[in-house]
Amino acid sequence: MAYSDKVIDHYENPRNVGSMDKADHSVGTGMVGAPACGDVMKLQIRVNDAGVIEDAKFKTYGCGSAIASSSLLTEWVKGKTLEEAGSIKNTEIAEELALPPVKIHCSVLAEDAIKAAIDDYRKKGGGAAEVAPVDEDSGAA
Amino acid sequence: MSEIQLPIYLDYAATTPVDDRVAEEMCRYLTRGGCYGNAASRSHALGWEAERAVERAREQVAALVGADPREIIWTSGATESDNLALKGAAHFYQKKGRHIVTLKTEHKAVLDSCRQLEREGFEVTYLEPEPDGLLDLDRLGAALRDDTILVSIMHVNNEIGVIQDLEAIGGLTRERGIVFHVDAAQSAGKLPIDLGALPVDLMSFSGHKIYGPKGIGALYVRRKPRVRLEAQMHGGGHERGLRSGTLPTHQIVGMGEAFRIAAEEMEAEAARLQALRERLWSGLAQMEEVYLNGHPERRVAGILNCSFNFVEGESLIMALRDIAVSSGSACTSASLEPSYVLRALGRDDELAHSSIRFSLGRYTTEAEIDHTVELVRAAVGRLRDLSPLWEMHQEGVDLKSVEWAAH
Repeated sequence: MAYSDKVIDHYENPRNVGSMDKADHSVGTGMVGAPACGDVMKLQIRVNDAGVIEDAKFKTYGCGSAIASSSLLTEWVKGKTLEEAGSIKNTEIAEELALPPVKIHCSVLAEDAIKAAIDDYRKKGGGAAEVAPVDEDSGAA
Repeated sequence: MSEIQLPIYLDYAATTPVDDRVAEEMCRYLTRGGCYGNAASRSHALGWEAERAVERAREQVAALVGADPREIIWTSGATESDNLALKGAAHFYQKKGRHIVTLKTEHKAVLDSCRQLEREGFEVTYLEPEPDGLLDLDRLGAALRDDTILVSIMHVNNEIGVIQDLEAIGGLTRERGIVFHVDAAQSAGKLPIDLGALPVDLMSFSGHKIYGPKGIGALYVRRKPRVRLEAQMHGGGHERGLRSGTLPTHQIVGMGEAFRIAAEEMEAEAARLQALRERLWSGLAQMEEVYLNGHPERRVAGILNCSFNFVEGESLIMALRDIAVSSGSACTSASLEPSYVLRALGRDDELAHSSIRFSLGRYTTEAEIDHTVELVRAAVGRLRDLSPLWEMHQEGVDLKSVEWAAH
């Protein structure tokens, strides 16, 4: 499997690895994937009162492309509003990392992870009620 | 300490470099200055010389495994030997019965030949191994029927290195008049084999697994009691009609020389490899959640297969690019394919995914093993720091109790 330079860079120097307190009301946690399928992503965001993502952390069990997809995503969502972050598409991640077709599912998983994190944050009562719910049907490969 | 050359080659079970002594010998049978004749040419000295070289190599192969040279048939490799043994015996004995027994952890050359025979109307029983990879003899005994004509069980498993009890298995087949085939690609030259004493009827060998060239192998076909095969390759009637095709003298000479060297050095080499393998395992086993795959003692000296829990296999291979090893997981398609061998052992998919086969050989050094231990520990540590599963495990979460969103 030949990886792009960007995948290798993120794999070797992953950005924003770590964990936040799940119980914190300003933190949203998304955990997607399954060990039996070979990848599990945990993505966490800290959101301020203005609805802007101040910080993001991830941990990923998976191949180099899965690690790179989640690492890249944490870079991208920082400083974005929930709406902006929720509208990131897997195709953008796949394009940026030049993922081959067999690795597209890694970018799908990353998109699912940020949506799940936003969902979790909202369920905890964070964010404004008027914000439209994220589209759960998107992201299928 | 000598300089370590990267990558460190620990994939000897996949293939081996040709021993310099073997290559030197082979070169004498290729060019105009050498013995390039066709061993089937009976009318001139170049042919006779080639035939002598082929027969000497046949003796060398036979000598390593305690066979009569007349029982050795040249093939293109162990895959062809397996094909010839299974299809050849099944076709010849099909009037006696059409039932075959094998093991789920056999090499694909055996399993796929069985699949083909199923398409031809044969019935195949694929036995489950024990969790340690060994075949339970009672299970084998219970699977044998009046119409069973063939049992195929490998000597040493290529992925996990466990050694099957050929004497006991052959005892069961011999008393029922069932043909017993053994794929010995991973055991010849690594373990003592005495076909004079073993109740084995057919045995497959490979050249390139023991420092000979690729593209050459052999099949042992027992003479007493005589085992019959139907040829799969038709032509000029070479190899007593069992395998037609001009004999590749240089390949054959190379395999002969490789087997000769193995006979001389096997004992000392096995002891050295065993010590290196134990050194490797004791280094790796110091980490938490590392599991040995296969029986802890009944295993060949050079193969160590273990799983690193909470680490994904492909990322581990990526992290270990300075070590040439084999992974139990092939993530070349959209879905991960965990090793069918580890699955047959009942390993979880997660553990099957994160398995690595280290196979040591003639040129493996202690310095290489020590460096490998360092590299693997660093890689596993780094990937675990990245792994949400490891984090959950540290927090005491039972991962089996989690409802995963499978995708």
